Amino acid sequence: MSTLRILVPIKRVIDYAVKPRVNKAQTGVETAGVKHSMNPFDELSIEESVRIRERKSAPGGVEDICVISAGPTKAQETLRTAMAMGADRAIHVEVKEGEDLEPLSVAKLLKAAVEQQKSNLVILGKQSIDDDANQTGQMLAGLLGWPQATQASKVEFGEGDTVSVTREVDGGVETLKAKLPMIITTDLRLNTPRYASLPNIMKAKKKPLEKKTLADYGLTSERRLKVLKVTEPAARQGGGKVEDVDGLISKLKELGAL
Amino acid sequence: MAGVLHRAALRTSRLLQCSKRPSRYHNGSLFFSTSSRRPLMALTGFTETQLTVRDAVSQVCSQFPNTYWQEHDENERDPTDFHATLAKDGWLGIALPEALGGSGLGISEATMMMQAIAESGAGMAGAQSIHANVYATQPLAKFGTAEQLESTIPNIISGRCRVCFGVTEPNSGLDTLRLATAASKQPDGSYRVTGQKIWITCAQVAAKMILLARTTPLEDVEKPSEGLSLFCIDLDRSKHSGLDMRRIKKMGGRAVDANEVFFDNYAIPADSLIGEEGQGFKIILHGMNAERCLLAGEALGLGYAALARATQYAQERTVFQRPIGMNQGIAHPLAEAYMRLEAAKLATYHAARLYDDGSVPAADVGVACNSAKYLAAEAAFAACERAVLTHGGMGYAVEYDVERYFRESLVPRIAPISREMILNYISEKVLGLPRSY
Repeated sequence: MSTLRILVPIKRVIDYAVKPRVNKAQTGVETAGVKHSMNPFDELSIEESVRIRERKSAPGGVEDICVISAGPTKAQETLRTAMAMGADRAIHVEVKEGEDLEPLSVAKLLKAAVEQQKSNLVILGKQSIDDDANQTGQMLAGLLGWPQATQASKVEFGEGDTVSVTREVDGGVETLKAKLPMIITTDLRLNTPRYASLPNIMKAKKKPLEKKTLADYGLTSERRLKVLKVTEPAARQGGGKVEDVDGLISKLKELGAL
Repeated sequence: MAGVLHRAALRTSRLLQCSKRPSRYHNGSLFFSTSSRRPLMALTGFTETQLTVRDAVSQVCSQFPNTYWQEHDENERDPTDFHATLAKDGWLGIALPEALGGSGLGISEATMMMQAIAESGAGMAGAQSIHANVYATQPLAKFGTAEQLESTIPNIISGRCRVCFGVTEPNSGLDTLRLATAASKQPDGSYRVTGQKIWITCAQVAAKMILLARTTPLEDVEKPSEGLSLFCIDLDRSKHSGLDMRRIKKMGGRAVDANEVFFDNYAIPADSLIGEEGQGFKIILHGMNAERCLLAGEALGLGYAALARATQYAQERTVFQRPIGMNQGIAHPLAEAYMRLEAAKLATYHAARLYDDGSVPAADVGVACNSAKYLAAEAAFAACERAVLTHGGMGYAVEYDVERYFRESLVPRIAPISREMILNYISEKVLGLPRSY
């Protein structure tokens, strides 16, 4: 069985507990002065990679866990957090604040990174909680021509480079089997991410972090999509109470629903 | 927005998975909250490491919500699992050497950790449950022999044994140099301890005590600061060991025990002595300034926690068809509490920086650390009192936590040194005024 070289793409996003607010220009949500943290689905990806190593669940072992993030300089903090959780090293691709990449650009970047890093397994969050696109993993699989198992709730390794991935689907669970190299995207019930311990936080400061630009991968950020306007959802109208079933029926009739 | 739904789902699923963990989201307001968790405290000026510590510790503490502390306060139950969780992730070794399994950070970072703990809702109780493990080990780490360090420090960091600090005595109080507990040397080099200590936090759950005792009687020394020695001793609770302790019922921080400890001819081996015999006071001074910083941090955490709760309540509570926070009678005292906390914060982290610097004269460090402790304690007390008053009748209810914070806010005003003694110290050492006592 091949030794695993895992690539874990991660993203710095507005913290999940923060209520996003639309900016004044209505071009996006306000990010300045807002608490950011790692995309929660990416925490699952790192946790899973580290567990594969710790539990020796892959017969060939894990040679390398590399995290990669494209974003502003602050993304380096997120990469350090990932290394504190157990990743070996990090690549930061500098992208200016506000020049967010579209899923296809990210997938192209990751394809180049996979080739350069000789990765044979990419574990990434099924989506990031900022734009909720849920596209990058699938596009990356398409570009590389690799098998993909999305929304994993369980990952198991078999003989001869086979990987079984359980995913939750409507009406039950589905188990896919594929061969390395492959793409796995993570879903909520895969694991419970750990908290970084203090000694590991300190060690993470000394782990290697490579700084790159899009140009290093022969890419530019092309925008194929244009955001026209971002607005708050309309405020919900208050409901009304009716006394009894008769009241309900007459109300529905009055509204023309019956 | 789909994102919001996913986030809610994510939290719910984590809740399901974490049922073994202490009630992470029991507090209803946390469960579905999507409000901003931006802290009130300004974070500018802190180092990256301090901010990392703050974030990481806050995350760990989020497993122990206010309800956890309410219950432990009410039942006077030790937060054993809280201590164990912090130990498991290496936090107790924050300011201990890397060679011994610590992380080799300074008191600046340790202060930030203690603040984050108190601020999480754990308050003084949470802070005190680990406090001595962080600062009382400082003199040990600095003056202990290699064997002493290797046999104790790793066990303290891992949480296998907990430590308490035995200095204060009922009959000497703040007059530490007159402490009467005697350790008399035996022909075989070991010691026998006789005397009484008081207000020893966590003695019931600790396996070790850092003990200050007199090895040469007061009459036989030139200066009262001589003849004291520091020991790191085991607490043997077996029947005829000569050690007894009694829990003191108290106003706040009831989750952690505070005790009267009695030694009656209690035997301790020769190798429990830290540093040289008779040098105990000098050695312990090293830990005391660190303790002042940590306590200042804890007070700040408590104050900011109280202020955050008061602010939230002032925003949500509607009387006369408007939020009470719209009334300047409510808003201004909160604004003032904020400014006091911010000022005390600057004094606190300034003191911690001086302590860590190492090249600053000890007298200057002492002045900065004492001033910080004083200012932070007063600012915290003001914030906690104001938080109770802002809540009106609800401030008196246990459910709203601020009464617990308020009870605990008396601790940093009293311990480890009273406000009055700090004022004496500044009057004498800085202003050069004659000593009154």
